[in-house]
Amino acid sequence: MAETIARTVTFHVRRFEPGRDREPRWEDHRIEVLPGMTVLDGLWKVKELSAPSLAWRSSCRMGICGSCGMLINGRPRLACNTQISELASDVVAVAPLPNFAIVKDLVPDLAPMFETHRELLPYLVRDDTAEQDDPTREYWQSPHELEQYLQFSYCIKCGCCMAACPTVATDPQYAGPMPLGQAHRYNSDTRDGGFSARRQVLAGGSGPWRCHFAGECSQVCPKGVDPAKAIQLMKRELVLDLLRLRRRKAPAAVAEAPHGTPREGIAAPPARTVTPEA
Amino acid sequence: MESRGHPNRLGIRGWVGGGRWGFERYLYTLHRVTGLGLLAYFVLHIFVTSSRALGPEAWDQAMGVVSGPLFMIGEYLVFAAFAFHAVNGIRLAIIELGYAVGRPIEPVYPYATSVGRQRRLARAALMIAAVVALWGGLDFFVLA
Amino acid sequence: MRDRTLWTWHIGAGVVILVLLGLHMAIMHLDQSLGIFGTPGAEPVEWESVVARAGSLFFTVTYVLLLGAALYHGFYGLRNILLELNPGPGIRRLVNVGLTVIGLGLFAFGTWAALAAPGAASMAMGG
Repeated sequence: MAETIARTVTFHVRRFEPGRDREPRWEDHRIEVLPGMTVLDGLWKVKELSAPSLAWRSSCRMGICGSCGMLINGRPRLACNTQISELASDVVAVAPLPNFAIVKDLVPDLAPMFETHRELLPYLVRDDTAEQDDPTREYWQSPHELEQYLQFSYCIKCGCCMAACPTVATDPQYAGPMPLGQAHRYNSDTRDGGFSARRQVLAGGSGPWRCHFAGECSQVCPKGVDPAKAIQLMKRELVLDLLRLRRRKAPAAVAEAPHGTPREGIAAPPARTVTPEA
Repeated sequence: MESRGHPNRLGIRGWVGGGRWGFERYLYTLHRVTGLGLLAYFVLHIFVTSSRALGPEAWDQAMGVVSGPLFMIGEYLVFAAFAFHAVNGIRLAIIELGYAVGRPIEPVYPYATSVGRQRRLARAALMIAAVVALWGGLDFFVLA
Repeated sequence: MRDRTLWTWHIGAGVVILVLLGLHMAIMHLDQSLGIFGTPGAEPVEWESVVARAGSLFFTVTYVLLLGAALYHGFYGLRNILLELNPGPGIRRLVNVGLTVIGLGLFAFGTWAALAAPGAASMAMGG
């Protein structure tokens, strides 16, 4: 039987209009949902049918841009990645991510998180600026070296980890799981030479020393980045550095050009069939 | 960008309301509570035991004050708090130096996080703490 | 840069406390089942045992070590809990300086009490 079963669900949405409201308030909107609809789909339906001024961030609707992080039924999640049916409830409570200021409705102010992220130099820091500006070849890196940071590079900066962290909840000075996890992503990248540059911030009061492993960041991360693991690994690196036991390696060198005679018997490339326009 | 938005900060209410409450969060909170309790007891303990320098009468008097049934139960709670805080502390020292949390891996859903990796250690720690606390209870209330 | 150093000492102090306080708990509270280091016949808290431990170099040294490690470990923890509430710079300074002063004061007092012969203060006061 090809019947699609629609059911009615209540979207319990946290509203806040800057300049008009002093405190956020809840609003209920009942909509019909079909199997397969995500919370984001539900929000679009709510906006279309009953709350035209409802504001939120979303973009890719497939869990890769990191825009739609929200507190859904008490847990920070991506709205586009959350099936309404997986919530197993007739009420979908949607609120903006906690631990961030609210701009409007479901839109959190993520600027402080990105500001801290920027302070931790989230890019390769190297001396060879000439090579970086005008690259000749790739930097050499083995698959094993790639494995040391690849997991942490999957971060989409959605802010769910920051919303789940109990230290971020009480202490606005704490850098938070995302900036710290990304600092470790670069520290453990063999192409990077910026450990000393980042250490100034990391060894101080807003660094990973405020993390006490509640582990909630890793539990809610929608991409499996596991920032808790990154932070604990980074603490080890920082303590080893304090005790002068850390193995210091120069950043990865530029890969060598292939040398030696070409192998015999390799076919020549085929002739061009299309001449590019001059 | 100036936002007249709502600050949405929890401050000290974050101790109870902030973040999520999984198993490790409870351990974290209990570790803090036992730590503060032990610190408070410890400061008092320094004063009580320093009565040794005042001679046997002062000592016996101090011991008399802390021997009532209420104090016995309190001292046992201190022992139990120590059992938990010490064993969980060992677990935290191991984890926060980056051991027992696993290596960086390719994240394949459902994700095997560091929290899952250390869950066995956390359970073992809790069981050892319970055994030590029970052993203390035996000594405090049964054998004494 | 200081927080990294303070934290590392915190872990080190924790290990020291684990050993010494574990020993202390075993002597004082597991005496019925273990009976180690006890004065035969006397409870660990009776004056006789107290005097015996006061005369032992091992106990005096380990008491002072435990005192120092536990005061550092405990006050660092309290300092962190207070500073995580993000007070203003004035209170931050007060917490850092105040807890250091109280901690050092308690250490001085405790060390004196550990090193003083039992009853020495009473006799000094003519009691």
